[in-house]
Amino acid sequence: MKEVQIQLNGEQRNVPEGMTIAALLEDLGISTGKVAVERNRTIEARSGFGQAELQAGDQLEIVRFVGGG
Amino acid sequence: MSSVKPVRSAENLVVAGRIFRSRLIVGTGKYRDYAENAAAAEAAGAEIVTVAVRRVNIANPNEPMLVDYLSPEKYTFLPNTAGCFTGEDAVRTLRLAREAGDWNLVKLEVLSDPDTLYPDMIETLHALKLLVADGFEVMVYCSDDPVMCRRLEDEGAAAVMPLGAPIGSGLGIQNPLNIRLIAEQSRVPVLVDAGVGTASDAAVAMELGCDGVLLNTAIAEAADPIRMAKAMKLAVKAGREAFLAGRMATRRYGAASSPKDGLL
Repeated sequence: MKEVQIQLNGEQRNVPEGMTIAALLEDLGISTGKVAVERNRTIEARSGFGQAELQAGDQLEIVRFVGGG
Repeated sequence: MSSVKPVRSAENLVVAGRIFRSRLIVGTGKYRDYAENAAAAEAAGAEIVTVAVRRVNIANPNEPMLVDYLSPEKYTFLPNTAGCFTGEDAVRTLRLAREAGDWNLVKLEVLSDPDTLYPDMIETLHALKLLVADGFEVMVYCSDDPVMCRRLEDEGAAAVMPLGAPIGSGLGIQNPLNIRLIAEQSRVPVLVDAGVGTASDAAVAMELGCDGVLLNTAIAEAADPIRMAKAMKLAVKAGREAFLAGRMATRRYGAASSPKDGLL
């Protein structure tokens, strides 16, 4: 299967071509309901994770709430 | 903008039209673990907790999650921008927070100097304008400058939150004159955010006329955080009651409490 390289939370990563954000989250074991995703500095709506296909060179940020003051 | 409604209330803390019975907002950083954190928030009687936004640990996505211990159903999450040094970073962080949590009530904090953690008020004002235009309700961490607090209010801040002393310092309120001026002039709620070290500091903030107190380290770094959380809850209530009661005038000399008539 052909792979494309993306940047995930600051680190290079190869993912299958055409992989969606929803599939990536599932692959990583991350529960969709507790995170927000930004691609190339634009917020990805949670409702669109299933359709959002990753492209070569995408810069992805997956964030969650942590303790803070 | 002079269309800001008078939203300060004697009974409750009212922020952006939301009513809270507790005037104590607690942070969720620096605790031993999320379980202790949850117990402290409970003991503090807090209804709002501040939270930070950070990258998911890809190597360990199953690490404990804050939301599994402090439920967003029970607490109003107040996402902060701690660690942001530019207005753009702060706006980016809060847009992610809104997507993660679906809340538009946020805490804006744009720092300048990594040693003092003093806020950069130019960047803060800039970010506030962007956030208000984007539909956020913004509680703003700021310097204890009455002029700047007025500017923030005019730009649509939902609350102004001047520092009592540097973040995490525990030094108490260093400039009570300014905090009182800000509390007196403001039409939006005023909360002392940062610098509270122990219960008396929280009581002083409330006696000066503030609407609330936001603190984190004073509880998290106490030897017994749960007990300190309870102390803070009582101090905020006591300080508020004292402010509403109206304190006695001070005198430079003694004034006897017992009558002078009828002495033996």
